[in-house]
Amino acid sequence: MTVEILARIQFAFTVAFHYIYPPLSIGLGLVMVVFETRYLMTRDQEYRDLAKFWTKIFALIFGIGVVTGIVMEFEFGTNWSTYSEYVGDIFGSALAAEGIFAFALESGFLGILLFGWNRVSPVVHWISTVGVFLGSMFSAVWIVVANSWQQTPAGFRIVGEGLHARAEITDFWAMVFNPSSMDRLMHVWIGAFLSGAFLVISVHAYYLLKKRYVAISVKALKIAFPIALLFSLSQLFTGHRSADGVSVNQPAKLAAMEGHFKADAPADMYIMGWVDASRGHVDGLRLPGGLSFLLYADTEKKVKGLDAFPKTDIPSQVNAVFQFYHLMVAIGMLLILLSIWGTWRVFSKGAIQHRWMLVIFMLSALLPQIANQAGWFAAEMGRQPWVVYGLLRTTDAFSQRVSENQLVFSLLLFFFVYLILFLLFVYLFNKKVRHGMSLEEATDSRPKQDTMANWKNI
Amino acid sequence: MQYDTFLGLDYPTWWFLVVGGLFSGYALLDGFDLGAGAWHLTFKKESSRRIALNAIGPVWDGNEVWLVIGGGALFAGFPPVYATLLSMMYTPFILFLVTLIFRAIAIEFRSKEPMLWWRRLWDIVYAVSSMLLSVLLGVVLGNVLQGFPIGDDKKYLGNGFWDFLTPFPIMVGITALSLFMTHGAIYLLLKTDGRLYARITVSLKRSITFFLVSFFITSLYAVIMIPKLVLVFKSNPISILIPAAAIFAVLNLPRLAAKRKYRQAFFFSSITILLIFMTAALNLFPNLIVSTLDESYNLTVFNAASSNKSLGIMLIMAAIGTPLVLTYTFFVYYTFRGKVRMDENSY
Repeated sequence: MTVEILARIQFAFTVAFHYIYPPLSIGLGLVMVVFETRYLMTRDQEYRDLAKFWTKIFALIFGIGVVTGIVMEFEFGTNWSTYSEYVGDIFGSALAAEGIFAFALESGFLGILLFGWNRVSPVVHWISTVGVFLGSMFSAVWIVVANSWQQTPAGFRIVGEGLHARAEITDFWAMVFNPSSMDRLMHVWIGAFLSGAFLVISVHAYYLLKKRYVAISVKALKIAFPIALLFSLSQLFTGHRSADGVSVNQPAKLAAMEGHFKADAPADMYIMGWVDASRGHVDGLRLPGGLSFLLYADTEKKVKGLDAFPKTDIPSQVNAVFQFYHLMVAIGMLLILLSIWGTWRVFSKGAIQHRWMLVIFMLSALLPQIANQAGWFAAEMGRQPWVVYGLLRTTDAFSQRVSENQLVFSLLLFFFVYLILFLLFVYLFNKKVRHGMSLEEATDSRPKQDTMANWKNI
Repeated sequence: MQYDTFLGLDYPTWWFLVVGGLFSGYALLDGFDLGAGAWHLTFKKESSRRIALNAIGPVWDGNEVWLVIGGGALFAGFPPVYATLLSMMYTPFILFLVTLIFRAIAIEFRSKEPMLWWRRLWDIVYAVSSMLLSVLLGVVLGNVLQGFPIGDDKKYLGNGFWDFLTPFPIMVGITALSLFMTHGAIYLLLKTDGRLYARITVSLKRSITFFLVSFFITSLYAVIMIPKLVLVFKSNPISILIPAAAIFAVLNLPRLAAKRKYRQAFFFSSITILLIFMTAALNLFPNLIVSTLDESYNLTVFNAASSNKSLGIMLIMAAIGTPLVLTYTFFVYYTFRGKVRMDENSY
């Protein structure tokens, strides 16, 4: 029991920490591609400066994302060996595909993206940026496919029995396009785009607040706000589709997300609330029949509640699932308002002058981050007590070979290392932003003679 | 289970070759940047350290991807092996991961601040983590060659935290460090000039000696103490050509270093790494995890492989992916060919 709990805490902690970074890489990748494309179209040096500045921040984020991601891959084997054997035949091909098609692409071009500004032509550099961006998008594909397979397994059969049971692939495409994978992939991608767009908004709002780089920051905002607007609105659509899918494929999870207990009754929707799972009751602000309406466009339609399932087959932490889910939705709505407001401001007024608005936008980068984390916590805690939905329980999936001592050691180690990593990240990010952008007057892209001559003196 | 064949070899054997190829490729590529890192503190001037760091700057991350792909390939093709190996070797793998993190941030963060103490600190982290990773990789390989106290039904009968540290794995770890330091020094010689270059020519000679000694002792120990490692050469005498070729490649290094033919030397140090991996693979095949208790508990490429269908899909992926990966790799190395040139984007 203790080893299981420690292994779960370690996985949750390392994956939550990891997930700060990849969405930013994907989202910043998109914004950087747009900056460089604008530069190629207009030859306006300021877009190149923007791209260069954001590349440096991207490098910081990408590096941490890669190393914390390697930890995740190896943790499947170290801490979840029964699970690894169970899903290896299926999950393995997705991971291998991620390595071959995604990581190799992004890491290959990363060197040119970061160090190649003076080595290759702007067009080749643009290709490298696109390569890195596509690589990061692809890695999301495979990892979300694998996770979705755990939520809604498809294209497989079970061989062996009891402790020796494992899933074996029968149909690769059915596995890839399992019932939830495409909706969830869209949802994850868009969540990542929002993280990137709002980080750009946040930093350039800060510059406007400090009255630095005003003209160039407005240019950046005119790109970032429409991206934010487009994707915060489309997130409504993918979110709705995901919820629809959950209602069909994982009804117990949906019931937990909305705190719906009655076995067979119209379901309400809560704007906010607090779940008392022992009494099967939610206190809060609700729209009667709201969930039924959202799913079936009929407030009277009955929805399967938690009471319809055996106690051993529903998430034990209903309130946590409920809260994470509602937090994510609330932030999603807030992001739509912020995007509309910001887009309207920068395009109609040409800039944002009011300090209080800039402060709000400066802090807004935290919102997509919180929503991403909350969404994943809802999805993964809502999947419990299963690791592979309906097939393999979390209690059966961890590594029996690992001792409690080893886990305490590794958990403390990760906690300590990630704490340092996070503090360093915040410090360096902050410093880079304060230090600001280096603007170039010349359009000459060859190495500058003075830096060539002076490097020996550094 | 029945497996299809392709060109006369069955799928599990093909996948064994793929995994072996990926791990050898990883050792060959990350080997030189780990080795370069291990030398870092011997460079005294700030400019030298920056050049050495920028010599691996654009490529180290891509090199590490081979480990990610190799790990994924092992997971995908032989799930029970992945699960058993990583959970048995829990401590070294966790140490490996944490060290990998420290090394990556040392490379990334070192140049972000001008303060002396900051740069010194990350220099130390970078050098120590590079050495530790090289040793840990060797230790894991040594353990795999030596075998594990694994019982019926993949039950691990080892005890405790420090299980992974026994004499043979430690020797392999030190040999790996010496080999990577040689490989890394040669790489740095290709990337540097002037006084730094002159300094490294001396370092290279020392590391070759270090390597020859540790390689010899480790081989001797293996032949005497772990008789099963030489069985394959008795049953199939022709296979002795592979370790013989490895020794030939190794013996070329001092000669080429003396003549300052570093391109050829890099070729031969790469070949050495590949041949050592081939020797290891030859010793293992068809086993992947050897039980020291009873042969029947071994995990082999046949009893631990994924299904025929899964392997078939992945072999197609590997066939499509390999040319792509090689193309990007070549493109990056080509873009940054020649001696290190610093600019405002450098570390």
